[in-house]
Amino acid sequence: MISKESLNHHISQQFNAELEEVRSHLLAMGGLVEKQVSDAVSALINADSGLAQQVREIDDQIDMMERNIDEECLRILARRQPAASDLRLIISISKSVIDLERIGDESSKIARRAIELCEDGEAPRGYVEVRHIGEQVRKMVQEALDAFARFDAELALSVAQYDKVVDREYKTAIRELATYMMEDPRAISRVLSVIWALRSLERIGDHARNIAELVIYLVRGTDVRHLGLAKMAEEVNKPRS
Amino acid sequence: MQQETQKPAVSMGALGRERQNLDLSKEPVAIEVPGLNLFYGQKQALFDVKLNIPKQRVTAFIGPSGCGKSTLLRSFNRMNDLVDGCRIEGEIRLDGQNIFAKGTEVAELRRRVGMVFQKPNPFPKSIYENVVYGLRIQGINKKRTLDEAVEWALKGAALWDEVKDRLHESALGLSGGQQQRLVIARTIAVQPEVLLLDEPSSALDPISSLKIEELIYELKSRYTIVIVTHNMQQAARVSDYTAFMYLGKLIEYGDTDTVFTNPAKKQTEDYITGRYG
Repeated sequence: MISKESLNHHISQQFNAELEEVRSHLLAMGGLVEKQVSDAVSALINADSGLAQQVREIDDQIDMMERNIDEECLRILARRQPAASDLRLIISISKSVIDLERIGDESSKIARRAIELCEDGEAPRGYVEVRHIGEQVRKMVQEALDAFARFDAELALSVAQYDKVVDREYKTAIRELATYMMEDPRAISRVLSVIWALRSLERIGDHARNIAELVIYLVRGTDVRHLGLAKMAEEVNKPRS
Repeated sequence: MQQETQKPAVSMGALGRERQNLDLSKEPVAIEVPGLNLFYGQKQALFDVKLNIPKQRVTAFIGPSGCGKSTLLRSFNRMNDLVDGCRIEGEIRLDGQNIFAKGTEVAELRRRVGMVFQKPNPFPKSIYENVVYGLRIQGINKKRTLDEAVEWALKGAALWDEVKDRLHESALGLSGGQQQRLVIARTIAVQPEVLLLDEPSSALDPISSLKIEELIYELKSRYTIVIVTHNMQQAARVSDYTAFMYLGKLIEYGDTDTVFTNPAKKQTEDYITGRYG
């Protein structure tokens, strides 16, 4: 129904340009956010407080991007009154920026934990889990953005489905770390820092899933939030006229 | 103990979550078009158009110029009879009766199916006489009946407060928006069942236009309304159902929310988003 090619088929060239611009701004913001996630994870694993500090500084830039993109969406709504797929595009962009900004915030929180751990000394456990789950959610963010860039509902569906895997691994990791804290109470505060970081990563996975759901809405026109994965797959695979 | 089914603390209706569930197939039908072909001389203007106009709803026809939407609208009260060389194949049923059947009284049909045009066309008479014109033709001349009809129709057309002190002044002294509402009052004074509006506000300023839209919203509780408009935002605002026509064919017909957020056909999508095919 909607495709990347149809984006620039408006009679108004100016409108084409405006839509293309806001879309590319969203993808640029997404790229930066994705890098924030992987930088925050490396900073924590490698006890690199310089990199962590950098992540925290770049977060301000992401906040600015959110405001700019929102402003562009508002301007297009007011001046163009978009309909159908154009309307869905603007709505999904203006909602996706919220999730991207939150992902930025969570990365910034992970960076803060990294700085704490640099100061308090390494945590005895949990780095393998952070690296593993961190890589998984970074990939989710990347693929959600790819799906957005290519209007690819199938890819978006696989991102949403993958969130389940991350949730499961997160639970397992927490259980293990809780056991460890009981065995060695002196490490509690340091292990807690790792747990907070894991918690942030798990939230990043949720935000990536939200973006994926918005991509499905954009492409298919159906709201798949809170439907459950089975129903979501059904909607995505429904044949279209 | 597990509680039985929990009731939500706040009713979903109060949150505005209950969507107006419109389903075209479940609506009572006012006008039934089982398949209509229309020709102007050699040229075919409508190709096998099939649709049902639901009762007491607002149905909008949209489409580019020359797509046949006005032609279809005018067929509903046989306005096309006046066009030379116009030939119709198929039926249009109003409450189950074919309006092209022999013995159909066209004047009576046009009373039941009233029409308002793009340009307001009040008669060069007083406001009062404009409203009662149709009643006088029916032979009603009793002053009290006419007075009541004037007040009722002008109130119905949201014009009463603006003109009640000058009912006997010329209608041509009214503004364009007021004239258009006067024409609507004149149309509803004869108690029609269906109102056909052919671009009723395209000659009006935005505020008068909004007043007409507000009026349409109020009138739909009593009348079946069909509106042709070039202004897509207007169609989106006022209608319950939208039909998109292109080159004499009905391309898509469904509830307005769906047509404007997620149309099924690419042609509809291209038209309402301003794309070329």
